[in-house]
Amino acid sequence: MSLTIARAFVDAIVEQSCAEYPDECCGVILGPVGSGKAERLKPMVNAAHSPTFYEFDPKDLLALYREVDDRDEEIVVIYHSHTETEAYPSRTDIAYAGEPGAHYVLVSSRKEIAPAIEFRSYRIIDGVVTEEEVSITD
Amino acid sequence: MSIEVRIPTILRPFTKDLKAVAANGTSLTALVSDLDAQYPGIGDRLLENGALRRFINIYINDEDVRFLGGLDAQIKDGDSVTILPAVAGG
Repeated sequence: MSLTIARAFVDAIVEQSCAEYPDECCGVILGPVGSGKAERLKPMVNAAHSPTFYEFDPKDLLALYREVDDRDEEIVVIYHSHTETEAYPSRTDIAYAGEPGAHYVLVSSRKEIAPAIEFRSYRIIDGVVTEEEVSITD
Repeated sequence: MSIEVRIPTILRPFTKDLKAVAANGTSLTALVSDLDAQYPGIGDRLLENGALRRFINIYINDEDVRFLGGLDAQIKDGDSVTILPAVAGG
């Protein structure tokens, strides 16, 4: 298991996490159904506007799934930032993880380690977290 | 009265992988109860102690049922129901 992702997307997610700091940022990367390819980055609004929680607005969520359906896409990556802790799924992340087919990407925008950025990916299935390799392509 | 209910990936193990199923009910409570009768166990993934689970969003047409009275939300012929897992975390 691994995630292959374009450097431009990594940079954009890191940039978004810094721009929205101290709140957590979030979003998805979509790809053609069945391909597993992370091809279209779509930043989402963190409706919780919180440094410790993120949530897609329920209306945005419905619109997202309809868009994905209409375009024959799937959600390949669900990402969010942690602002003060490491890029590892929290208990809340695990409890909420509802897309068994998605890569859950975590970035940490905590300042004490800046400018080093943690960018990690996981599968979260039935409460079990498995970290996977991230390979970044240019 | 048959209502189309769209099922998210995470609940498809209950519906034999069907993306959409038909169910009956003039309220959300009745609809969930009919779904659970057809696909045993799915009700428990939608409700907790008789209330909608926090991690699950249910929509009637375009509206989140939390704004339509929750489980008391009324459903009429021609409505469609969509179930989605919340995308959220800490």
